[in-house]
Amino acid sequence: MMRLYGSFRGTLVVASIAVLFTLLAPSIFQFFTIITLTQVIGLSILALSLALVWGFGGVLCFGQSAFFGIGAYAYSVAAVNIGGSTGAILIAMLAAATFATLLGYFVFYGKLSDVYLAVITLTVSLILYSLMRRTSGPEYKIGSALLGGFNGTGSPPLNVPGNSEAMLFPLQTFYVSMGALILAYVFAGWLVTTKFGRVCVSIRENELRTSLLGYDTRLYKLGIFAVSAGIAGLGGVFFCVGVTRVTPDVFSLGQSALAIIWVIVGGRGTLIGPILATFVLYFLTASLGSQQLMNTNLVLGGILVIFVLLVPSGVIPSIAKWFDLRRVKKFSKLKERRLKMRKHRSVG
Amino acid sequence: MSRREIVLETRNLSMHFGGVRAVENVNFELQEKELRCLIGPNGAGKSTFFKCLTGQLSPSSGDVVIRDIPMTGRESHDIAGLGVGIKTQVPNLFDGLSTKENLWLSARRWHDDKRANILTKETVERLELGEISRSVVGSLAHGQRQMVELGMVIVAEPWLVLLDEPAAGMTDDETQKTAELIKEINTTSALIVVEHDMNFIRAISDKVTLFHQGEILMEDTMDIISADPKAREIYLGHKS
Ligand SMILES: Nc1ncnc2c1ncn2[C@@H]1O[C@H](COP(=O)(O)OP(=O)(O)OP(=O)(O)O)[C@@H](O)[C@H]1O
Ligand SMILES: [Mg+2]
Repeated sequence: MMRLYGSFRGTLVVASIAVLFTLLAPSIFQFFTIITLTQVIGLSILALSLALVWGFGGVLCFGQSAFFGIGAYAYSVAAVNIGGSTGAILIAMLAAATFATLLGYFVFYGKLSDVYLAVITLTVSLILYSLMRRTSGPEYKIGSALLGGFNGTGSPPLNVPGNSEAMLFPLQTFYVSMGALILAYVFAGWLVTTKFGRVCVSIRENELRTSLLGYDTRLYKLGIFAVSAGIAGLGGVFFCVGVTRVTPDVFSLGQSALAIIWVIVGGRGTLIGPILATFVLYFLTASLGSQQLMNTNLVLGGILVIFVLLVPSGVIPSIAKWFDLRRVKKFSKLKERRLKMRKHRSVG
Repeated sequence: MSRREIVLETRNLSMHFGGVRAVENVNFELQEKELRCLIGPNGAGKSTFFKCLTGQLSPSSGDVVIRDIPMTGRESHDIAGLGVGIKTQVPNLFDGLSTKENLWLSARRWHDDKRANILTKETVERLELGEISRSVVGSLAHGQRQMVELGMVIVAEPWLVLLDEPAAGMTDDETQKTAELIKEINTTSALIVVEHDMNFIRAISDKVTLFHQGEILMEDTMDIISADPKAREIYLGHKS
């Protein structure tokens, strides 16, 4: 198992497949699906960020979507005010990471337990939810961007860097968002192989041991918390660009729960698992929803229960384990056969 | 004989849990390159004293001074960050990671990637952990886990080593190996070793501190302590 997740080469292989998928997508999917994909990519970046902070850092952040939402709002407001998307993307990531740094500082340096962090982030997300819903008057504006309360605010499309007049077409937007997903994935995959990432994993395994080795665990937890919040913010950008607007729903309980479901289904301790789970579950619930056969929330809840009970380590780790077992079995079978052959020979 | 430098010192150190006086007014000194054993019956306060030294507990009163730096109530990572190697009584490992990764994480605190890799390899060889170097430590036998934890201590090349019951649950062979290892560590570092095993203590240490009900009762060689009637009664009497 270590091999599969520990190697940066594995990350690069997966990233190359993703590049191939990106290039082939226009000839596989209908135009409408390509447009939808941009927002799903945004959601999958959110899943990636939670996979990093929870699966590798061991910090369970129930309200990861708070940073996702902050990213989406910050992008929309900044892009309207600046009149361009490139700087706004950076501002969105920075806003989410800064907010996480402040919040994380109080939690980690205040020696609050990890359970508190889970509860606090969720609470913050829900507070933002109700706050943003109350911003419907014309007095609630930042620069020239109205916050729009319940209905949310419009999110400007991406444009060519340095030329705010040249808007990107949907297909180009899809390419850019896939590019961002792949970059974020490669970055996270690289991060977990560095000293920083490995120490974060050791904190997940045993925090006391890590500090007895002389590492200031608070600093590392704050670090991975802030980085993952920045990534979640990036996810928020592509989500709102895909939807063309952002509403307070990004801060809702449902949004927070979804992110956790993706990581549980995809598997903790892997980065690609939750990303894939996001795509699969999104299109699964979308097609179920359009057939109106079942309540999609019920289906999602059912999937969650099944995974927690039957596949608690998630899909990707379970597959990896299965392959490992098979290899070991094959190996021992080979060995047996060789031994038998040798015996035959010596008898003959 | 010239007096060596004192590397660790406690002054009137006390640790109370509610009404329980787990450590009471302990004045303790450890000299450079000294190897000291702490003994005492169950519940004597050895581990509590140990945890006050390692920053896992913040003492109720008194002081901990390491190399003339006041360290009372400081965080564990600050104390370890002085170059102190620590092994707790309860095994403390990264259960989901391999033996090698466990050692590497300890070495990497002090050295760059390259040097950490070299030190890890050397330690694997030195402790004969080759066969289990890729095994997940959560799946190892108790004695092996103890060895890995000792490895994590020595791979960092600490100048002061604190070990709480390093030989507990080991086979005779492993105990023997550990005793040799501790003596080897002692050629470059000072050590405090909490132990129960009499033969083990005789094999490694000249000076022994006897704890009883949170206080230091005696401080002498094992031979003198085992000859003392009071010490025999409270401690050795427990041992058949
Ligand atoms: N966290 C705690 N809360 C309350 N009481 C404690 C705590 N830790 C230790 N004690 C008490 O302090 C006393 C000393 O315990 P300690 O673990 O230091 O003994 P010890 O000498 O290490 O014993 P052993 O040889 O069994 O390891 C005991 O009476 C114990 O019950
Ligand atoms: Mg003890």
